[in-house]
Amino acid sequence: MGMTGVEKDFENLTVTLTAEFNAPVEDVWSLWADPRRLERWWGPPTYPATVEEHDLTPGGRVTYYMTGPEGERFRGWWGVIAVDPPNSLDFEDGFSDSDGAPAPGMPTTRGRVEISENGEGARMVIRSTFSSKEDMDRLLEMGMVEGMEGAMGQIDALLAG
Amino acid sequence: MVVGDEAADRLFHALADATRRDILWRSVEGELSVSRLAEPYPMSFAAVQKHVAVLERAGLVTKARRGREQRVRTEPDAVARARQALDHLGSLWRGRVDRMAGLLAGAAESASESTHGEEGTERWA
Repeated sequence: MGMTGVEKDFENLTVTLTAEFNAPVEDVWSLWADPRRLERWWGPPTYPATVEEHDLTPGGRVTYYMTGPEGERFRGWWGVIAVDPPNSLDFEDGFSDSDGAPAPGMPTTRGRVEISENGEGARMVIRSTFSSKEDMDRLLEMGMVEGMEGAMGQIDALLAG
Repeated sequence: MVVGDEAADRLFHALADATRRDILWRSVEGELSVSRLAEPYPMSFAAVQKHVAVLERAGLVTKARRGREQRVRTEPDAVARARQALDHLGSLWRGRVDRMAGLLAGAAESASESTHGEEGTERWA
């Protein structure tokens, strides 16, 4: 149950994660398709997400904000490229300005999730790719790396405990 | 510019293709042309050229003209940055997948408690 692999492809700026769950494909899909479920895993515990728009159809949008410990809000969006419920979703993932519009000059990544039957449970493969090398550089310039690693460290500690 | 041996080892290990890994090592000094790089490999010049092009597109090497030749040089900064960025993306998604696993396990354990799933949502709504 849980993560079974992480692969980093430095040439294609892509991370691929594989996970196996003792749950039916439909339940895993609902983590993406139900905005209330999505809110419970998208942001780290210190930056919980609130989903506003949620339209998983080609060309549809998902908009959300994450609320920080001081009440500050960080907005983001998905642009849905393709969807095949309950098995796959392709989307672009980026940051928004305070009005919820895609922020120009902010990095975007492209995500693909595939959920398939695996024995009595489900296998989920997530592929996340920087849209370009410039996007990768922008993410690093935002200084998010240290902050997020702090959050991840806390989560790891919680899970280990 | 020198990358720490350990960091370089980890990165190069992550590069799936042995030839490209080798090209990165051999291009650290930036003194070799593509034809010189191609010499020890049992493959065509064009194949080596393709490997170099893949590395170049990823920003891991650059080419600089020296006289009539293009010399290939590894970009240690780009190598380190790519590693950092992908580590970040990987840990971001790892955290998400761990939380998904927690939600699915929680749902299985408390299938009889129908309100269980609502609490966390309301807290952040």
